[in-house]
Amino acid sequence: MFWTRLNFGKLQVGEHVALPLEDSVIRQLTKKERRLALLMLIFLGFIGAAMGILGRDDPLGIHGVLVFVAAILMVFFLGSEYYAPEPSNDRLARYYDDPSKVGIVMSMIWVVFGLAVGDWVAWLLVDPDLTFDAAWSSFGRIRPVHTTSVIFGFGGNALIATSFYVLQRTSRARLADQLSPWFVLVGYNLFCLIAVTGYLMGVTQSKEYAEPEWHADALLVVVWVTYFLIYLRTLARRKEPHIYVSNWYYMAFILVVAILHIVNNLAVPVSIGHAKSYSLFSGVQDAMTQWWYGHNAVAFFLTSGFLGMMYYYLPVRAGRPIFSYRLSIISFWGITFFYMWAGSHHLHYTALPQWVQTLGMTFSLMLLVPSWASASNALLTLNGAWHKVRDDATLRFMMVAAVFYGLSTFEGTFMAIRPVNSLSHYTDWTIGHVHAGALGWVAMITFGSIYASVPWLWKRERMYSAKLVEAHFWLALSGTAVYVFAMWNSGIIQGLMWRTYTESGTLAYSFIDSLIAMHPYYIARAIGGLLFLVGACIGAYNVWMTVKVPAAAMEKAEDTPLPMFPTGINVQPAE
Amino acid sequence: MDVEERDEHSGHLTTGHEWNGIKELNTPVPRAVYFFLSLAFLFSVGYWILMPAWPFGVSYTKGLLGIDQQKVVAESLQQAAVARSGWVKKIETEDFATILSDPVLMKIVRETGRPLFGSNCAVCHGTDAKGGKGFPNLTTPSWQWGGGPENIANTIRVGINSAHPDAHSSQMPAFGREGMLNRPDIERIVDFVYSLSNPESKDLNPEGVKAGKDLFAANCAACHGENAKGNPEVGAPNLADKFWIYGGDRRTIYTTVWGGRQGHMPTWEGRLSYIDRKILTLYLVDKRQPDQ
Repeated sequence: MFWTRLNFGKLQVGEHVALPLEDSVIRQLTKKERRLALLMLIFLGFIGAAMGILGRDDPLGIHGVLVFVAAILMVFFLGSEYYAPEPSNDRLARYYDDPSKVGIVMSMIWVVFGLAVGDWVAWLLVDPDLTFDAAWSSFGRIRPVHTTSVIFGFGGNALIATSFYVLQRTSRARLADQLSPWFVLVGYNLFCLIAVTGYLMGVTQSKEYAEPEWHADALLVVVWVTYFLIYLRTLARRKEPHIYVSNWYYMAFILVVAILHIVNNLAVPVSIGHAKSYSLFSGVQDAMTQWWYGHNAVAFFLTSGFLGMMYYYLPVRAGRPIFSYRLSIISFWGITFFYMWAGSHHLHYTALPQWVQTLGMTFSLMLLVPSWASASNALLTLNGAWHKVRDDATLRFMMVAAVFYGLSTFEGTFMAIRPVNSLSHYTDWTIGHVHAGALGWVAMITFGSIYASVPWLWKRERMYSAKLVEAHFWLALSGTAVYVFAMWNSGIIQGLMWRTYTESGTLAYSFIDSLIAMHPYYIARAIGGLLFLVGACIGAYNVWMTVKVPAAAMEKAEDTPLPMFPTGINVQPAE
Repeated sequence: MDVEERDEHSGHLTTGHEWNGIKELNTPVPRAVYFFLSLAFLFSVGYWILMPAWPFGVSYTKGLLGIDQQKVVAESLQQAAVARSGWVKKIETEDFATILSDPVLMKIVRETGRPLFGSNCAVCHGTDAKGGKGFPNLTTPSWQWGGGPENIANTIRVGINSAHPDAHSSQMPAFGREGMLNRPDIERIVDFVYSLSNPESKDLNPEGVKAGKDLFAANCAACHGENAKGNPEVGAPNLADKFWIYGGDRRTIYTTVWGGRQGHMPTWEGRLSYIDRKILTLYLVDKRQPDQ
């Protein structure tokens, strides 16, 4: 069978021991690219200095210093080998994987940090004194540090890293240039850093999942447009006649996130020297714009992007063809079309006109069908490879992710139904639902994909320890289960307590009563989160050891792009 | 290049495309997908016909059922008010003594008062109403502004040192900080005040108690009374009993005399209805009855 080619069947043992990166990043840049990089860094330094001076009485000034220092450090890094000789054209016969490697390392750093802060927030809800009496550690500040670190830091870096990897393999073409992927990675992580440090200083737009202020938002716009252009330019160079499903999903993710981000963050700063801004929208329009953004961030960041990941890593790891190409098409367009309407289900029984709520609810119902079609397409792809699911924890991560994807899309549709929502809204049920998706689906598919790609990227035969992958899997699964069950219980108890009336027609419980009832579940949730965190730490250690400990380097014979110019002089595939 | 192959496991053909080793089967979309998609769509169409749904121009389709969530809320609030009106009317019009002796009404007071207290008062006075440092225990017979139902109702209405025009004004001066008394004199007053609630204590200083008594009469009795039993008219607490708002140890009494005390309780008029305030009053009177 053809698939065996992927199962390390034709791997050759190389002679050399691969370094963490193939060669110095700067040595691989052409002289023209180095010059451009220097100009961009000088420009960045100027922006940092201007922010520092204009915003000297504001947290904006501290961000200016941060940007300035980052620019200076990168200038020194670039300067260390600025005059190195022009790189050989041999590099063009290989995929450009260094940005993917750095992206994966960044995502592992962010996940450990983000989960640790998340578990701190969980314990803070158990014992409110765990702020240690500081302003920066209050719930309102460290909660967005947690969400931004895990969603954008961990999820975003993993999406960028895997999308570059998948884009090149499925197009059989090298990335269009070498500088813009670094621009995207560095700019994106700078955005995350500005966002997270801003929250700690109290800088926030108070829009859930869109907390960063205008200066961070502006940076992300430039980064994101560049990211989309890399995709388009590389696809234009593709050597395959068709565009693979993963790339549809990754492109939908990049394009729609750009639209959402720009529209929801339209705001006027109070002055050029202040981080504070005011939204262009007000009242119920603001709420609707925010949840149109919020729900489609779930759809296109946390679903589309990770479906792109799933459609590549799951069939490759299982060594099976995708169950149905036709089902992929129906699901893709179903998800893309229906999700756009569903945001108003976040505003049931509010000042939002009822007709908008009706549309949100009905489109959420229809959305279940393509969502389950995607989950089924993934699980049916495993037919014929279930013995591998049993034996291989990496593939099991992906399988469980598909199951949780199915579960949380069902739950989401259920909660979007107005009468159900009247019980679940504002309760911990919502928190449980989000984490069934975030831990069970997003994190599991990402860990599975990272465990699959790390050996491929660093040319290792396998991960440093299969037992540690197995341990991580069970910690992640049990942590997710404990977390989600705790929040289901807590949320439903809370919702029922809030709507229980006495015989005389008055409320039976005070808010404090419901807090006391939730306390044991908060402890359980924090323990579940701790299990998940320990698993991620083990994963980070395993990735680090795989990269660091030189195993017999492996070279995948056919893992090269097809030549750009078949009659080219120096550019030949390695094969 | 595009050669369709037959997958041995499923028996389906591939599409003939291949990306980096990944192939796709050309399996037809399972019928269930179309079935459930149609079902969800038909349900949605039905729902759109019955409920407010699609916008057009400046209006929207109102739906055949004529349901409007604003109206639904208003109607259910009205129905709930009607259902409660029987006992509400009684609590509103009957006097405290009559209600306190009516077991049916007091059952309602207890089950309604507890969450009302929990949501509005417990954050300072505790869910058990036993207070904490700076927040009086409401289950004792000792009341700063009077423990009769009318007194309690009035205190809840106007608050203490609040923005209400008729607010209780509780201003114990800072005798030490403002230079009205020197440290040795304050210590003597502390000796005396401490002896009132701890007459059997072994660490009393008889000279201090004696001197303190005269100083107390000259400086404190105007509000707290000759016998130090307090005066609810001006909100001066009884210093001769076991109950303290800020604490009855020597150190705390010294701090109190040195720096004075100006506690705060918000006004609840305008935040809670007359009925709710009356229920809270009855709830508190009922709660401390076993102590009396």
